[in-house]
Amino acid sequence: MPAQHQQSSHRRRTPPLRAARRDRLLTGWGRTAPSGAATLSRPRTVAEAVSAVRASGARGSTPRGLGRAYGDAAQNAGGTVLDTTGLDRVRAIDAERGTVVCEAGVSLHRLMEVLLPLGWFVPVTPGTRYVTVGGAIGADIHGKNHHVSGSFTRHVRSLELLTADGEVRTVVPGTDLFDATAGGMGLTGLVLSATVQLLPVETSLMCVDTDRLPDLDSLLAVLTATDHRHRYSVAWIDLLARGTAAGRSVLTRGDHAPLDALPARARRDPLAFRPSQLPPAPRALPSGLLRGSTVGAFNRFWYRKAPRRRRGELQKLSAFFHPLDGLPHWNRVYGSTGFVQWQCVLGHAHDDALRRIVRLISRRSCPSFLAVLKRFGPGDPGWLSFPTEGWTLALDIPAGLPGLAEFLDVLDGEVAAADGRLYLAKDARMRPELLPAMYPRLADFRALRAELDPRGLFTSDLARRLSL
Amino acid sequence: MKDAFGTPQSLLVLGGTSEIALATVRRFLARRTRTVWLAGRPTPALDAAAEQLREEAAARGAEVTIRTTAFDALAPETHEERLGKVFAEGDIDMVLLAFGVLGDQREDENDPMAAVRVAQTNYTGAVSSGLVCARALRTQGHGSLVVLSSVAGERARRSNFLYGSSKAGLDAFAQGLGDALHGTGVHVMVVRPGFVRTRMTAGRAPAPFATTPEAVAGAIAHGLLRRAGTVWVPAGLSAVMCVLRHLPRPVFRRLPG
Repeated sequence: MPAQHQQSSHRRRTPPLRAARRDRLLTGWGRTAPSGAATLSRPRTVAEAVSAVRASGARGSTPRGLGRAYGDAAQNAGGTVLDTTGLDRVRAIDAERGTVVCEAGVSLHRLMEVLLPLGWFVPVTPGTRYVTVGGAIGADIHGKNHHVSGSFTRHVRSLELLTADGEVRTVVPGTDLFDATAGGMGLTGLVLSATVQLLPVETSLMCVDTDRLPDLDSLLAVLTATDHRHRYSVAWIDLLARGTAAGRSVLTRGDHAPLDALPARARRDPLAFRPSQLPPAPRALPSGLLRGSTVGAFNRFWYRKAPRRRRGELQKLSAFFHPLDGLPHWNRVYGSTGFVQWQCVLGHAHDDALRRIVRLISRRSCPSFLAVLKRFGPGDPGWLSFPTEGWTLALDIPAGLPGLAEFLDVLDGEVAAADGRLYLAKDARMRPELLPAMYPRLADFRALRAELDPRGLFTSDLARRLSL
Repeated sequence: MKDAFGTPQSLLVLGGTSEIALATVRRFLARRTRTVWLAGRPTPALDAAAEQLREEAAARGAEVTIRTTAFDALAPETHEERLGKVFAEGDIDMVLLAFGVLGDQREDENDPMAAVRVAQTNYTGAVSSGLVCARALRTQGHGSLVVLSSVAGERARRSNFLYGSSKAGLDAFAQGLGDALHGTGVHVMVVRPGFVRTRMTAGRAPAPFATTPEAVAGAIAHGLLRRAGTVWVPAGLSAVMCVLRHLPRPVFRRLPG
């Protein structure tokens, strides 16, 4: 869904109180905290990107891809927002070695369309294909294969970065600038292009095992013992179930299906990529559709619908990785007040904190139907990169839920006390004071930015809110 | 920056000694607010209000900045310069336009200049400071302008039409301003409390649906979350005033109060 924004580089004297064009009012995927950009610029070439960054005023610039960060990471109130979706060229593919050189605005969806027929797949994909490569680097995204493959930037061989001084730098792993940019939320500069190492696949189908687990303890036990056997694994968890059922879950684990696992008919076109989509969710849904009762009913249905134990089911890539992409604009079901995503990671030594958090959420009856739990492998060196070894729990909650702000602060406290951290690409509300302890390299990040970008040209609503 | 719930990190209060404003400040200081500007006439009461907020924050161990700045609603020619200085020091996530005087209806009816002062404070002063703040917020690209109106502005009553007419003007101004700023990232919210038990109303018999500064503060927080255009406190007043607004005048005139 690349936004079709007109380039508005021509300077127009706007009367101060005149309403801006609606498309400059931006929010994240959670549709909370809208802010108005003064200029929305959509460069299509490196030269246009350089001049857009040079032209940005006192309130700076921030890159924005497909707007899938949940909070305010890709907003810049009163300043310039650089819509990267115009940088949409796949420059080169090495089908032998499995690398692709593409511009920052290329989406993972586009990469899959281009690469799957050649027998290659993106190394890491989150729960949506509609993120750009630039955003994947800025948020250092992870997927269901983190325990095997780490986060996205582990597979980036080099990238071109347009920094505040107007220079285009080639940045390679192992340098400070790379580590600051990997997960740096777009604050070190504008990623122009990247070289990404790909994963070879024989088919576009997934071979999936499903297990229904009656409670949290059995889920953690199964994941600890057998997670390494599968490339991909994630558990959907019913946070509304209480008592002995608290934390009951549906664990799905999969691997890319080898060619010989396919039935004869499917073998004729093993690398087909034809994801299906429903019509988009309507624009004006009321807030409050998702409440304890409706979500509770959905969760019971979802849990019971899952097979107790199933092995080797063949699923389309899109069904396994990106079920929600089948409903465009699904974020609208939360109504006008939007929703918040809360994602934390806790080290293995802090299982007890995870249990406490799940218990708190379950007791509070947070209407969350997209709660997932996953086991992370070792983290990557990005200074503000989120994943670290341990458990990650993600849930989304309607922002209008009474008392939610205070409740999430309590959960944050549990996370901070257990040396865990929150994911910046999802955050829209955390307490800024907690950040330095959660991200020990924050001071280095700030120092590097101060040196590289002394005027603070690259900034964002997120950066302002959390003093990044 | 505001967070997902519309809670501000920095707050400018116009009318820094208003009890409703201070209750709102306290509520937000307990959440994410770390910078507060109290703008008002430079009186000991203004400094005392700031000092008390500082002490309360220190007792909680919170690091906050509470500053005061001289501001007089009756001197609109100074607003641009005075408020400009505040915005020059950093983003303001929320402006609370809280100043206002009740006047004395009986006496002011016989003292036109006193009546004009009520109108100039509540309406003219709000127009100039509201426009100054709106432009600064517009430049920021974000922020909320919360305007304390009153149910008294909904329909003029014999007993307080001087005050009521000034609030009616303020209310209409704020609604129009909100429409002018729609889609810019700046949010204007009109708050219409009923009878609020404060110093301003001390000694008066409380009207039905009487409320407290804390309840108004709560309604403001909830309104910011919903990005509401209008907030009634208590919420039930919305329906009550809808009926009263449509009563035939001879009937309305005979209502007590």
